[in-house]
Amino acid sequence: MSYRVVHYINQFFAQIGGEEMAHIAPELREGAVGPGMALNMAWKGEAEIVNTIVCGDSHFAEHEKEAKAQILAWVKEINPDLFIAGPAFNAGRYGYACANVALAVKEELGIPVLTGMYEENPGADLKDKLLIVATTNNAAGMRKAAPTMAKLALKLLKGEKLGASCEDGYMNNGVRVNFFEKERGSERAVKMLLNKLADKPFTTEYPMPSFDRVAPNPAVKDLSHAVVALCTSGGIVPKGNPDHIESSSASHYGEYCIAGVESLTSDKYETAHGGYDPVYANEDPNRVLPVDVLREFEREGRIGKLYDYFYTTVGNGTAVANAKKFAAEYAQKLKQAGVNAVIMTST
Amino acid sequence: MKLELGFIEIKDIQFSNESKVENGTLFINADAVKEFVYQDDDVKACVKSVSFDIAKPGESVRITPVKDVIEPRVKVEGPGGEFPGVIAKVDTVGSGKTHVLRGMAIVTAGPIVGFQEGIIDMTGPGADYTPFSKLNNLVMVCQPVEGVHQHEYEHAVRIAGLRAATFVGELGRNVTPDESKTYETLGIREGLEKYPNLPRVGYVHMLQSQGLLHDTYVYGVDAKRTLTTIIYPTETMDGAIISGNCVSACDKNTTYHHQNNPVVADLFEQHGKTLNYVCNIITNENVYLADKQRSSDWSAKLCRLLDLDGVIVSQEGFGNPDTDLIMNTKKIEQVGVKTTIITDEYAGQDGKSQSLADADPLADAVVTGGNANMPIVLPKLDKVIGTLDYVDKIAGGHAGSLRPDGSIEAELQVITGATNEMGFNRLSAR
Amino acid sequence: MCTVTPISMTVGANRIVPTIAIPHPLGNPALTPEEEYALRKKLVSRALEALTTEVKDQTIFEV
Repeated sequence: MSYRVVHYINQFFAQIGGEEMAHIAPELREGAVGPGMALNMAWKGEAEIVNTIVCGDSHFAEHEKEAKAQILAWVKEINPDLFIAGPAFNAGRYGYACANVALAVKEELGIPVLTGMYEENPGADLKDKLLIVATTNNAAGMRKAAPTMAKLALKLLKGEKLGASCEDGYMNNGVRVNFFEKERGSERAVKMLLNKLADKPFTTEYPMPSFDRVAPNPAVKDLSHAVVALCTSGGIVPKGNPDHIESSSASHYGEYCIAGVESLTSDKYETAHGGYDPVYANEDPNRVLPVDVLREFEREGRIGKLYDYFYTTVGNGTAVANAKKFAAEYAQKLKQAGVNAVIMTST
Repeated sequence: MKLELGFIEIKDIQFSNESKVENGTLFINADAVKEFVYQDDDVKACVKSVSFDIAKPGESVRITPVKDVIEPRVKVEGPGGEFPGVIAKVDTVGSGKTHVLRGMAIVTAGPIVGFQEGIIDMTGPGADYTPFSKLNNLVMVCQPVEGVHQHEYEHAVRIAGLRAATFVGELGRNVTPDESKTYETLGIREGLEKYPNLPRVGYVHMLQSQGLLHDTYVYGVDAKRTLTTIIYPTETMDGAIISGNCVSACDKNTTYHHQNNPVVADLFEQHGKTLNYVCNIITNENVYLADKQRSSDWSAKLCRLLDLDGVIVSQEGFGNPDTDLIMNTKKIEQVGVKTTIITDEYAGQDGKSQSLADADPLADAVVTGGNANMPIVLPKLDKVIGTLDYVDKIAGGHAGSLRPDGSIEAELQVITGATNEMGFNRLSAR
Repeated sequence: MCTVTPISMTVGANRIVPTIAIPHPLGNPALTPEEEYALRKKLVSRALEALTTEVKDQTIFEV
């Protein structure tokens, strides 16, 4: 038995008409229509388009809510194994419709989806949320787009692992996937440099990220009554690393009580960090987490109190997403405990 | 400066009473190597025992924990000897003629610091990621003398490996190479006159120098005590740069990588055709911010002074060295020299996080060696050379990495050389 | 409090106090214990000053 697929296309690709017919409401047809034929052919019977939904681009733009509801109702009823939309190339409203209908099917019905369009199509804004095959900017690219979409569709249908975006032809969705290039890295670097020197186009393998920003908190007014907490990414843990925080790529953080601890001594504390020479931190853990000094400031009344717990993890190849998750979690704990200020040390 | 490399293909290694290279086979007397290795006082003082084993491509063998990988070479003509300033006396190397025992390596293994060393699988999925699965490896499993300081022990094992490579390299002295290749670097004016229309390209080679156990040595000098400087590419082929580095296995440059630097090879490949390969600039990755500032200032300064049009920058390690990489790139671009950089990524097991700890828009031409956080399962292999005791602790492993059935579930990080940042491999990511 | 302040700037920290070195941000093994403690005290004092200072943008509090 072959996989069942529902295909979404616009009035133009259904050969109903151009702009003058863009107003038509969604209609449901049996089997493949237009570009769906090319997909069917590429699947050679492994998968088949059971229904095609046709909708005018203007109609979708002007009645998005109603059109989406109608389409979702049909797809729910048919319950296909996969939903494909387009490809839309550089048609703006069509691309927008493809991406949004597909996203709705994915999120509301839990059915795998796939669409395709040109990178600059406004629909491509959703590339981080669903798989979009990158196409040329006009329908002449159908011959290349259809087999790419068909191949990727089969991978989704069979639940196979996706290759890297450049291998499988989808737009980079922010997920880094390893794969083997044809040439080694140094050779690629030499070629890239030669192109750059000749002012020829080149494609970086890793576009620089942009990190988010948070507005600074207001200053602490009165430190002498404030509770100050210590946190670190330097991996300071009780000796023996009781929670097995990884020496690299930490998957969790530790919360440890320092009530009554005057200074971090080498017989009770150490570092779990695998990214720097641990000798100095193991000799005197205060070199990473300055408990000794804060105790003195506490006695002198410069700070109200050193908080009874410290939070710690290993910032060594640890994913930003993990680090963010840890901090989001323990920041709440600190807040609930009435902590007014945090000193975060990093190595 | 001109160097001829004569490659002697080693297709097999066998233990034997007599040590010699014959018809592509290395016959080796382990006791003789051991005796030579133990002639060093530090080795004598710190290394309790050394045992030898052989691992060949395709065998069901896992080597771990791996410290360094070294290619045996011997200087047959011209000044100096291999590993100048460490094994041979200090003398400028990189000219004359050197014989290379290609297709094999010396691998040092055994417990060292507990969490930094890697895995080399000779077969299975792990073998696809390490270049050393394709070599015939003479493995030295070393054991520390009780109570030895880990830094002293690292030094002793480093020397032990280099000495073994020297012993084996010497066996190739009178063997006729299967293939020869000549590499030449011209003087600045000569190069300009000979290739007036080719872009002038250099290689900024970043050396790991974060501290003890994370070090690189240049002519025996600890790289963290150096200022950014110039070196002939052929000097590196004679072991002028060696690894004393125990950072994450996947992106540390072993001594083998330094001897066979792929950027050097590929720039020489284009030299005189599409570019004029001027020289290498070596710069460190220190832990003090002032050092990072100074060293990257110096890199940019030298690029400008040499009137380079472009450079390739390669990194070693990750985390704070990402800052050295970005500082170098930014400053070099700002003096008008174009850059392409080679790095690797720590994008999380799901690949969804930012890959580098630092970033700058001027770093617009990046080659990546892949995401080191990628989870990987390595099946149980028939034989282990070394010990599996440290698998849970090596960088990229976690509690439970070594599973009851003997298989290993970990991150790609654990595999020696997997995401090399000199661009040694074909692995990449998007 | 960190040694590689360019990273702190890149990732968006707002109050940054530069420290000594990556393996020992709040210490210096080359000093005597007394000198080292004084150094740590100076650095942490600077952090407390940073916490009590209003900032509009990312700020490095040089020591």
